[in-house]
Amino acid sequence: MTYTAPVKDIAFVLNHVIGLENISKLEGFEDATEEMVGAILEESARFTAEVLAPLNVVGDKQGSTWTENGVATPDGWKEAYKQFVEAGWGALAFPTEYGGQGLPMCVSSAVQEMWHSANMSFGLCPLLTQGAVDAIHHHASDEMKQRYLPKMVEGVWSGTMNLTEPQAGTDLAAIRTSAEPSGDHYLIKGQKIFITYGDHDLTENIIHLVLARLPDAPEGVKGISLFVVPKFLINDDGSIGERNDVRCISIEHKLGIHASPTCVMSYGDNDGAVGYLVGKEHHGLMYMFTMMNQARHAVGVEGYGISERAYQQALSYAKDRKQGQTLLGTSEDDQGIVNHPDVRRILMTMRSSIEAMRGLSLECAAAFDMAEKHPDEEVRKRCQRRGELLTPLVKGWSTELGVELCSLGVQVHGGMGFIEETGAAQYLRDARIAPIYEGTTAIQANDLIGRKTARDGGQGLMELMADMNETLKQLEGADNTNMKAIAKRFKVAMASAEETGKWMLGQNDATMPAATSVEFLMMMGRLAGGWMIARSAVAANALKSQDGADMPYLDAKVMLARYYAERMLPLVESGKTIITESAESTVSVSVDQL
Amino acid sequence: MKILVGVKRVLDYNVKARVKADKSGIELANVKMSMNPFDEIAVEEALRLKEAGNAEEVIVLSIGPTQSQETIRTGLAMGADRGILIETDELLEPLAIAKLFKHVVEKESPGMVLLGKQAIDGDNNQTAQMLSALTGMAQATFASEVKVDGDHLDVTREVDAGLETIRIKSPAVISTDLRLNEPRYAKLPNIMKAKKKPLEVIAVADTGIDVSSGLSVVEVNEPPEREAGVIVANVAELVEKLRNEAKVI
Repeated sequence: MTYTAPVKDIAFVLNHVIGLENISKLEGFEDATEEMVGAILEESARFTAEVLAPLNVVGDKQGSTWTENGVATPDGWKEAYKQFVEAGWGALAFPTEYGGQGLPMCVSSAVQEMWHSANMSFGLCPLLTQGAVDAIHHHASDEMKQRYLPKMVEGVWSGTMNLTEPQAGTDLAAIRTSAEPSGDHYLIKGQKIFITYGDHDLTENIIHLVLARLPDAPEGVKGISLFVVPKFLINDDGSIGERNDVRCISIEHKLGIHASPTCVMSYGDNDGAVGYLVGKEHHGLMYMFTMMNQARHAVGVEGYGISERAYQQALSYAKDRKQGQTLLGTSEDDQGIVNHPDVRRILMTMRSSIEAMRGLSLECAAAFDMAEKHPDEEVRKRCQRRGELLTPLVKGWSTELGVELCSLGVQVHGGMGFIEETGAAQYLRDARIAPIYEGTTAIQANDLIGRKTARDGGQGLMELMADMNETLKQLEGADNTNMKAIAKRFKVAMASAEETGKWMLGQNDATMPAATSVEFLMMMGRLAGGWMIARSAVAANALKSQDGADMPYLDAKVMLARYYAERMLPLVESGKTIITESAESTVSVSVDQL
Repeated sequence: MKILVGVKRVLDYNVKARVKADKSGIELANVKMSMNPFDEIAVEEALRLKEAGNAEEVIVLSIGPTQSQETIRTGLAMGADRGILIETDELLEPLAIAKLFKHVVEKESPGMVLLGKQAIDGDNNQTAQMLSALTGMAQATFASEVKVDGDHLDVTREVDAGLETIRIKSPAVISTDLRLNEPRYAKLPNIMKAKKKPLEVIAVADTGIDVSSGLSVVEVNEPPEREAGVIVANVAELVEKLRNEAKVI
């Protein structure tokens, strides 16, 4: 099944909903004009459709394989990665001083959606490199940056993030990997698991970022330091030197993303792996947290990226497949199952949810762009709060919803969807990891309620609700029945969320919010997604009065928003009932009674 | 030498063409437009010739509406050095296009003009031949291989009987066939640089060329839908149908 990047939809969000124009006015982002970004999206669409998408099935079937000499990626992947690097796609958002293009995060997120739609397993390699580049760029010494960043930005070296150990998953305080000082470096020993692209044959070197403990380190999270451990040591002239004492000793057999090698990494089986301290001792976890928002956002992009692919395949099948007399078909020849109202329900659910998720993700990215470059400090602070508040929604809600949508994509195919050759099943299997890695949905929910809401006394949340209220006024003010229909549901949903938020903040017993925090995350995700798709309707409605407007396209945008408001926003109302009423019964049964 | 490459903005090859409601032409509003695929091959060939040291400059020329600038930028993002747009909102005939190319050829004196053998909208396959006739430059059409040998060009052409290699002298007009090369993907840094490359816009009126057409479009219609076939019982029935229904024998 082919993939065609939804360039028009992505550009619509950037240009008419989140206001790319305002981003390109910021110093350092001047290149991100509508015209330039349009050209970038077009070429990215071509590359992802023609180079990455055709390797998706072979990646799933063959998977990456472990050998004595390292992990081998599936047929054709090396060549595709080489083309990816040559075209410079990996360097899109990286700082210009190290060879990147310095484009804003909203543009890089738009491009990354296409990687994940085309081939999620492939997209993970540059995604991890990005995390490693961010960590080095923000926290390492200039010397270290000069040594590693240019090659990583270019993509000829990749990066990994080594956090998890068998006993230290969500709870990183339990990390045991050790680092012994030895001259100008450290010797790292220990085992890391679940290391995405921990070993592979796509690049000439792999730069591992590893969390480990120094001999005198305090217990718990305050005693963890961050190290750079290259697969091959780097000579003083920058050339590739000796093989370091780090190895991938096995790879996992997984439900999905088969081509993305999930490695067990062993450090220091012989003398100890040579590692270099990043920043200060015992600050490792804090450094990891500074880039957590970006990494989590990137996984959220996977959530709707993979959904878009599932949607395209489901739509295409629904147009072709004929079963029974349809209620909506207009002639004998027009009897594809797409004309059964229930299949329309599924496709509208998929399409409108994807647009809501894309809108929210790009809004969040644009907030981070503003937070980075806006001249006014107050604006920077407010945008930082906004980006941080939306991140757990983008990550948690989009990935959970992504699984649901990919499952609906299978459903459209009926029995054929359950057959692997059809291809719809792969998206469902691949999508399933996204709510788990980079912080499970429960972790996102804790982040939303704790760090992002309770800590600032709900300030960020109140600012968000105030902005939503502005959109509500625009909807109510429009002389248009569709807009009024959207306004009606949006208003009720906003009130439900507000009351629920108050209830959450008013609980003295921490067990109550903890028992329903994921519901709250999903509720806020649905509402914020509804806000974004409502803004898309406001924009489309305004564009309709322009000369030469693309009326069928703009009408569809408004109708998708109305469908979302009427079909998805009522779930915010029921969320309120669930949250305020189910907490007690959730925890009232003892473990023995389960 | 300089290489001049023609790039035309056409309905994207993935888009299903639809006739306008008033049957005056094809619907082009709000549909995806992109560079004519044969022209992409021409740009690619020019860039390869430049990279091999056979050319110093690659100029991309488009003739069309303001939006054709995007098509020129695509060529610049692939690696061409500068662009020229002769701006017109009219749909010009191949002869007018060839005359406008001649106008630019006289100004720029390229050693080679590379054109797609046809554009996928009009499918005319005339501009290269007409340009050759108007300028007196040598021509080699339907090229599947181009080799430079000093002032001479050895061009392999895809002809009905197979492949024909001819030797012509520069300056020459070459039209590209599908198998000449596989166009590259634009690199991200080049896409960004393309914006800063020079793009000269000339109004068609300022060229002094008469682009008026002797043709007028009466009506554009969708091709008739193909009807389902029938299975005949025997040869006699087949012959009967061919004779009396299809009237072909």
